[in-house]
Amino acid sequence: MVRPRLRRKSSRAHAKKESKVKLSPILASLCLLGLGISNGGAAAAADANLARNLAATCANCHGTDGRSAGGMDSLAGEARDRLMQKLLAFKSGSRPATIMHQIARGYSDEQLALIAGYLSAQRAHE
Amino acid sequence: MLNRRSFMKGLAGAATLGGLAACTGTTTRARAHVLVIGGGYGGATAAKYLRMWSQGAVDVTLIERNPAFVSCPMSNLVVGGYRELADISVSYAALQSKWGVRLITDEATAIDPARRTVSTAANGVLSYDRLVLSPGIDFITTAVPGLEGNFERLPHAWKAGPQTVLLRQQLQDMPDGGVFAMHVPKSPYRCPPGPYERACVVASYLQRHKPRSKVLVLDANAEIQSKKALFTKAFQGYGKLIDYVPNSDLRSVDATSRSAELEFDRVRADVLNVIPPMRAGSIAVRAGLPLVNGRWVDVDWLTMEAKGVAGVHVLGDALLPAPGMPKSGHMANQHAKLAAAAVLNLLAGEPPSSAPVLTNTCYSFVDDRNAIHVASVHQYDADKRQPMPVEGAGGLSTAASDLEGQYAFAWAKNIWADMLA
Repeated sequence: MVRPRLRRKSSRAHAKKESKVKLSPILASLCLLGLGISNGGAAAAADANLARNLAATCANCHGTDGRSAGGMDSLAGEARDRLMQKLLAFKSGSRPATIMHQIARGYSDEQLALIAGYLSAQRAHE
Repeated sequence: MLNRRSFMKGLAGAATLGGLAACTGTTTRARAHVLVIGGGYGGATAAKYLRMWSQGAVDVTLIERNPAFVSCPMSNLVVGGYRELADISVSYAALQSKWGVRLITDEATAIDPARRTVSTAANGVLSYDRLVLSPGIDFITTAVPGLEGNFERLPHAWKAGPQTVLLRQQLQDMPDGGVFAMHVPKSPYRCPPGPYERACVVASYLQRHKPRSKVLVLDANAEIQSKKALFTKAFQGYGKLIDYVPNSDLRSVDATSRSAELEFDRVRADVLNVIPPMRAGSIAVRAGLPLVNGRWVDVDWLTMEAKGVAGVHVLGDALLPAPGMPKSGHMANQHAKLAAAAVLNLLAGEPPSSAPVLTNTCYSFVDDRNAIHVASVHQYDADKRQPMPVEGAGGLSTAASDLEGQYAFAWAKNIWADMLA
């Protein structure tokens, strides 16, 4: 139990620093996707918890912080690009689904990028 | 495990002591204290997320009258005999042991928003910095003469627990050739697709065990209120087993003969399942919160605070819903996260998020294993000052399927864990 304890301690101590650091790769990814920084980006800069709050809307089905309790895909720790690709494929309808195409269409691409970024940064296991 | 949680708790407490105390103002507590009333889909989620997102820096007390959580979603499967009550019950233990929520098994009896206190039946008066109220619904039994005091004989089974088991028992005791009549109240009510799911699941049981029987759905509404085409198809699949009668306004009931008096008809049943008209849980009414039509709490959608009542955040089925927003467990869980985020911002002296998003997913079974869904996504609209359903998003199943039945079970497993594990 020593290892995880130390880990938690250090991640807590740097929690503030981390949340600022996290934003930049996400914003970078928005630019890479050619989405630019529109309203979603501006809101993200103003609201440090936006990505966390958006990702929490997925937790009902995919588990807290994307760690599935079973029967549904776990999303925590997945590569950000892969998550984003999947979400955009659901949104465009190119990826077949029973429900995810309907859910993904409810979010802007900027919001989906924030969600992908947040979930990819979570530990796959508690 | 000494545990990572208590270790973190100490750390978080030390780190945030000064900061939070400075913001609370009305109290001499060193740490902010959020009181949560009601441990259902809304309240339990709020309690966990307040602890999780504050990393233990905020004290959270949950007042819940029942010793364990029993889910309304999936409870129709218990009525149909396909699941046991234990399968849809979850302990509150992890909220305490893992998340450090203080659990009080008691009834909250009154709220004083001015003094920021809550009275309880057995634990005296508790004070709070912010209150999260997730009171669910209570029935307006006086709206149906003959109903008051007769829920043993005429079970509603619209709050999961002993009532669910009672309705199951009455269905089991019903003779082949009997009538299972149910009444659906006018919208809005808790769980729009729930009554129609119940009709299907009961019919599925009867088809196998008492095929000469009938399910009579007396709907006060003009049509099926959710997943209409899908339920119409499911009803047709049961042939003469289900008789759906719209515009069936219930005038009164007689518990002794189990009969229902409608406008133009009188129906005698072997099981009479009246889902009564409902409104916000009575504690919301007693607290003097702003009610629309005397029934539903009006909230500010950026904070979930009851309008004009600072510090009281209300969640779940008790709310006057925003457009297209159902009274569902899934939605209550989403309300809870919105409220938890807002509460923590406000305690830290920061404004709430200006762009909250909520989703809804409701699965319904049409028999013991095939399910259908309805889904929606709601984005906050700054002009309308409420979340609005996103056009072009959301939707329904194309048809009932076994795959969606599996997803429905996975949904339950995951949302229960999201609230309570």
